[in-house]
Amino acid sequence: MATHKIHLTVNGREYEREVEPRLLLSDFIRDELGLTGTHVGCEHGVCGACTILWDSEPVRSCLVFAVQTEGAHLRTVEDLALSESELHPIQEAFRQAHGLQCGFCTPGILLTVEALLREKSHPTELEIREWISGNLCRCTGYHNIVEAVQLAARMLAGRSV
Amino acid sequence: MKPAAFDYYAPNTVDEALELLAQLGEDAKPLAGGQSLVPMMNFRLARPASLIDLNRIAELDHLAAAEDGSLRIRAMTRQRSLERSAAVARQWPLIAEAVAHIGHVQIRNRGTVGGSLSHADPAAELPAVMVALDAELVIHSRTGQRMLSAADFFLGHYQTAVEPSELLVEVRVPLPPARTGWSFQEVSRRHGDFALAGAAGLVTLDQHGAISRARLAFVGLGPTPIRSIAAEDSLVGQQPSDSIWGDAAALASRDLDPDADVHATAAYRRHLGEVLARRVLIEAAKRASAAP
Repeated sequence: MATHKIHLTVNGREYEREVEPRLLLSDFIRDELGLTGTHVGCEHGVCGACTILWDSEPVRSCLVFAVQTEGAHLRTVEDLALSESELHPIQEAFRQAHGLQCGFCTPGILLTVEALLREKSHPTELEIREWISGNLCRCTGYHNIVEAVQLAARMLAGRSV
Repeated sequence: MKPAAFDYYAPNTVDEALELLAQLGEDAKPLAGGQSLVPMMNFRLARPASLIDLNRIAELDHLAAAEDGSLRIRAMTRQRSLERSAAVARQWPLIAEAVAHIGHVQIRNRGTVGGSLSHADPAAELPAVMVALDAELVIHSRTGQRMLSAADFFLGHYQTAVEPSELLVEVRVPLPPARTGWSFQEVSRRHGDFALAGAAGLVTLDQHGAISRARLAFVGLGPTPIRSIAAEDSLVGQQPSDSIWGDAAALASRDLDPDADVHATAAYRRHLGEVLARRVLIEAAKRASAAP
C-alpha cells in the first residue's frame, strides 16, 4: 500500500509525516507525534476518550484516518494548559470540583467542554449533560463533572470581565 | 481493532470522484464523514480495497434554500450544519428536531447527510425524515444523473438504489405546505444510542382546521424507513380530535416489520412504534394549529 505525505498543524506546531492510509488519527497522534494525552478507548466512536479539536470542533480521532488531515489544524489536551505551571481554567475547575477519578476519559471531556464553553458561555445543566453525553466516564457518575463545567464557566466568565 | 490496508484517493471534484468510482469498481467505497464506515472498518466488518475520500470536494459541502423554495442539501453537508442552520430550523423544523438525536455533537461534527442516507442504517434518523418530507435524491454517475424519491432510494438493510459507479450528490427537500406541524420522537435506552424505534410525523391543516395532508414514517421498525400510507390516508379530511390519532397509529402498526435483537423484542418495538406514531401525530397537529 502506498504511503502518503501529510502536513498538518497540531497544537500550533507544524508536522510533516509519511503515513499509511489505514493509520487512525488517534494512533498517529499518540504513536507518531508522541502526544499520549489523547486516550484510546473503544476505537469505534462510542466512548469519546480520543476526542480532539479539529478546526476548533470536537471530533473522534479514532474515526478519522491520519491521511485525511492534510492541512488540518488540530488541538489535543496538551495544548490546554497555559504553561507548565498554570492549568487552563477548565482543568483547574475539574481539579477543584473533583471532576475526575482515574482520568482516562478526562482529556476527551476537557476538549468537549472547551468547545461547549466557547459556544455557550453559560450553559444550563441540561446543555452540559447533552454535550458530555458523547464522553463516557466510568468512575464519577458525571455529577462532579457537571459541577466542574459549571465552575469552569464561572471561572472563565470572571477571567474575561 | 485496526482497519485492513486500503488504497486512498482524495479527489477534489465530483467528476474526479465519479471517474475513480468507475475505474475502481465495487471494491472501492466513498468515504463521507466516516462515522459509520470507519467503525465498521475498525472491526473489519468492512474491508474496502480502496477509499475515495469525498471530504476535499468543496462543491459537495453546501446547504441553501433554492429559488423554488426547496432545501438543497449537498451530500457532504455535516449534520451539525443542519443543526445550526436558521433556515432549517424555521422552514424544515422536522429535520432540526431529528438531527439532534443523531449520535453526539462529536459525531455530528463529522457525520454527513449524504453519508447517513447512503449508509441506509434502518435505525438512522435522516432516512425516515427524508421519506416523511418527500425528499428527492440526486444521483450522479460518469454517464449522467438521475433523481429518486427517498421512498425509492432505500431498498433494505444498508442497501440503497445507488449503483457502485454512482454517487449521491444532493438531497432536495420540498417546502412543506403552510400550516404544517411536525414532530420527531424516538426511544433509546441511553441518549445518543441507536433508537429502538422512532417516528417522524407531519400534519397539515386546511383553512377550516381539517387535516388536508399527513405524513408518517418510522425509524428502526423495518429494513427500510417505513411509511404508513394507510395511516396517513385515514387522517385526511378529519377534524383533529382525541379519538383519531390512536386509530391511525393502530393502522400504522400493521405496516411495521420490526426485528428482534438483544435490545428489544419485535413485539416491544411494534408497541413502541404505535405509541410513537400517536405521540408524533398529536404533537404535529398541535403545532399545525398553532401556526399562523
